[in-house]
Formats: sequence, structure tokens, C-alpha cells
Amino acid sequence: MSSVLYDTPGPRAKARNWIYTGIFLVLVGLALWWVLARMAEKNQLDADKWTPFVTDSQIWTTFLLPGLGETLKAGLIAMVIALPLGALLGIARLSDHAWVRVPVGAVVEFFRAIPVLILMIFSSALYVMLGTVSSDLRPLYAVVTGLVLYNASVIAEIVRAGILSLPRGQTDAAKAIGMRKGQTMLYVLIPQAVTAMLPALVSQLVVILKDTALGGAVLGFADLMSMNRQISANYSNTIATMVVIAVIYIAVNFALTTLASWLERRLRQSKKGTGAVVEGDVAEVDAGGAAGVGKAP
Amino acid sequence: MFDFLTSGQYDVLGAFWVTVQLTLYSAIGSLIWGILLAGMRVSPVPLMRAFGTAYVNTVRNTPLTLLILGCSLGLYQTLGINLGGDTSKEAGFRLAVLGLIAYTGTFVCEALRSGINTVPVGQAEAARALGLSFFQVLRLIVLPQAFRAVVGPLANVLIALTKNTTVAATIGVAEAALLMKEMLENEADALFAVFGVFALGFVLLTLPTGLLLGWVAKRVAVKR
Repeated sequence: MSSVLYDTPGPRAKARNWIYTGIFLVLVGLALWWVLARMAEKNQLDADKWTPFVTDSQIWTTFLLPGLGETLKAGLIAMVIALPLGALLGIARLSDHAWVRVPVGAVVEFFRAIPVLILMIFSSALYVMLGTVSSDLRPLYAVVTGLVLYNASVIAEIVRAGILSLPRGQTDAAKAIGMRKGQTMLYVLIPQAVTAMLPALVSQLVVILKDTALGGAVLGFADLMSMNRQISANYSNTIATMVVIAVIYIAVNFALTTLASWLERRLRQSKKGTGAVVEGDVAEVDAGGAAGVGKAP
Repeated sequence: MFDFLTSGQYDVLGAFWVTVQLTLYSAIGSLIWGILLAGMRVSPVPLMRAFGTAYVNTVRNTPLTLLILGCSLGLYQTLGINLGGDTSKEAGFRLAVLGLIAYTGTFVCEALRSGINTVPVGQAEAARALGLSFFQVLRLIVLPQAFRAVVGPLANVLIALTKNTTVAATIGVAEAALLMKEMLENEADALFAVFGVFALGFVLLTLPTGLLLGWVAKRVAVKR
């Protein structure tokens, strides 16, 4: 494999690489051995801490699967609400009228600058004050509200980037055949921008799913994260439970990440369309910047 | 309405100072860890590349909450690793920094790697054709161009890190989000005022970083 850093290795480089491989293996092995020894010392490798996940189906039916269900529910509801809201904000930010563009821009930048946890805690307290939501539904409402406030503004930026990524010729051509501004947006720009945005939107769904875990840890939302407390209370196997929960999160999110990069590759290669694409990391998994730091060239 | 600021009951500035400290230590740590990971991911050794890729894919897809809780419940409470923090408060801070480094390092790694990938292969080939050695190619041709391309993405990672430090509240580190939760429980009538103060605090932390580094990124960017 040749890259900008080095040529395809020849015989001497290959031999050297084998030595590096050996050193690296020893280092990783040492680290792994240290961790396992430490765990064995505290009896964390005992079979009875790990077998419940295979032998006891209740651990899945009462804890893990319902928890995963809540996580997915909160994530999907938040996405479904944030998507149209974000699209609206993103288009409003591209408006020709300063009295629309400037306030919307301020709102978007404000909510992007605030951590989602702060928004969740605030929403939770707000629902307590309003008293309109029953207390067992309050965590879900608070989590979804916090996620919607934050992600609508991130999606607004994705939508804006998607529309701006289209070649200028599209707008010019639409104007040339006499379309109005609204028509240009609705019939020419948005349909093409949606495909360009797809990878970024799927990546954002991963961010949302990861952020739901905050609700489980802080607001008492009964999601997959919070099941860690319940399971380890029953089976006293903190580390094993953490590992299993992590594996579930990783499996779900990895599938979505793979989908996003597959979409991105497909869009780049497709002969149809403009080839414009908003990369998954425009919102850079959690990394929306307050001032909207531009992407590197 | 803003009595809670003057009553002396809450140390808002102190909480934000902890947030800043978390950000600084984690930023330094994740820069180092990110450089190491990026080095592995672009190295000619297949095993290192595989390890780097596997680490990044695993950790990026894990919720930060889970990592930090894992550091606290798993490493500290179960295995008794306190990272040299004698009191549980100190250990909590250090474990939160560890979790943040493990997580943010992957984003630093990806930013650096994409920076290296923006350098056209022809640049390095031309340099080799001139007879420059591996380290000369790296020092004179590839890295200067790569660094200029990563300022923007790294600034985004720093801003995200600043916001992500709030997750340390889940293990009881006394930073801004935890204080806000406590204040909202006691001062329910000043809900919007409390929210406004903390929102302003984070806007003040993230906005200047973004503006400044965004300006730098634009200035140093390589025009291609």
C-alpha cells in the first residue's frame, strides 16, 4: 500500500515492519495482561459474573431489550421532531431578508454553543415547574426536548451546508427559466440537497443516540445506560454489565456509521446528480462549533 | 431575580473554573493520544493500522457517558484504580479527564488523518524524486501542509470537548452542569435566570474559541 507518507514497502522495509509488529504486539499484550490480572485480582473474571448474559434470559427481557427500546424511542422521536424544525431554521438562515436571517442565525448559534446536558437539565426543571407532564413521562420529555433544541440547530447547519454545496449553476438555471425564489428552493435546491445531506443526517442520528445516555445517567430516564445500575444491583457484576451495554451501543451505532459512509461513497461516485455531498463530519459528531468554524479545504 | 448570584451560596465561577480545567487537561491529553492514534492509523505496519482503526471505530460509537461512568464505576469503585487522586473528589476529576481523553482522542486522530489525506500524493512523490529522505519529506512537505488543514477541524473538536466536559457531572465532578442541576432544584422560581447564566457561561467559553480559531483556520488554509 502506497500513501503520501511512504512508498510500497520493499524487502528491507517489510523486515523492519515485522520488527515493529513484534514490539507493538508485546506492548499491547502487556497492557492487556495488566488489565486482566487486575480484573482477576478483584474477581471480575469469575464465570458467575458473565454467564447470566447467556444463561439468564430475564436479564435481556426485563432490562437490556426494554432499555434499548427506550433509547431508540427517544432518539427517533428527537430526530423526527428536529428534522423539520432544523430544515426550517436552515432555510430561514439562507433568507434574503436580514430580519429573518439574523435572528434565526442567533438562535441557531446559541443552541449549538450550549451543551446538550444543560438543555436536558433545564427542560426537566421546566416540566417540573409547568407540572403538565406526569412524573413517569417527564424524563423522556426532558431528554427529547433537550435533544431537539440542540439537534435542530445542528441540522439547520447541515441543511444550510447541503444547499450551499450545490453548484451555483442550479440557482442560475432556475432563475433563467423564470422561477421565483420559493420555487427555486422547493423544486430545485431542496430535492438535491436532501440526497447530499443524507450521510450527515445519519451520522447525526448516531450523535443523538449517544446523547440519550445522558438522560439515563442524570435524569433517571429508563434507557439502556440506566440498566447498568439495575443489573449490577441484581448480579453485582458492574464491569461485565458495562461491557455488554457498551457492545450493544457500539453494534447499533457502528451499523449506522457504516450506513452513513456507504451513502457518502455512493453519492460521490454516482453519475447522476451534482456529486455534491455534505460529509458525515460537518457536524463532526458532537463537534458543532459555536461560531461555525469552517471546514478545512 | 438574580439573587442566587450574590447570595454567596453558589460558587458559579468556581464551577466554570472546574469546567475550564477539565477542558485544558483533556485537550492536552487528547492531543497527545490523538497524535499517537493518527500515527498508528497512517503507519506502514498493518497491525498498528488495524489497532488504530478498531480503537477509533469502537470508542467513537460508545456514548461518552458510558465511558466516564465506566471509568468511575469500573476502574475506580471495582478495580480500585484512582490515578493517584487521594480523595474521591480528586480521583473523580482525574477519571473524568481519562474518559474525556479516551473519547476525544479519536476525534483528534480523525482530524489529523483527514489533514494528512488532503496533501496530494504528487507532493510527496515530487519530494522523493528530488531525493529528500523520509523525515525530510515529512518535515518539509507533508506535515506543514497537513497542519494548516487541520486547524479548523481541531478547533471544532476543542469546542465539542468544552461542551462534553459537562458529562463529568454524571460522576459527581463539581463542574458547571452539576451546579446548575443543584441550583435548579433549590431555586425553581429563578429557572430562566439560572439557565441564562449557565448558557451565557458556555457561550462565552465556546464563541471566542470558535471565532479566533475559525479566523486562523481561514488564514492558514492551503488554497488548492
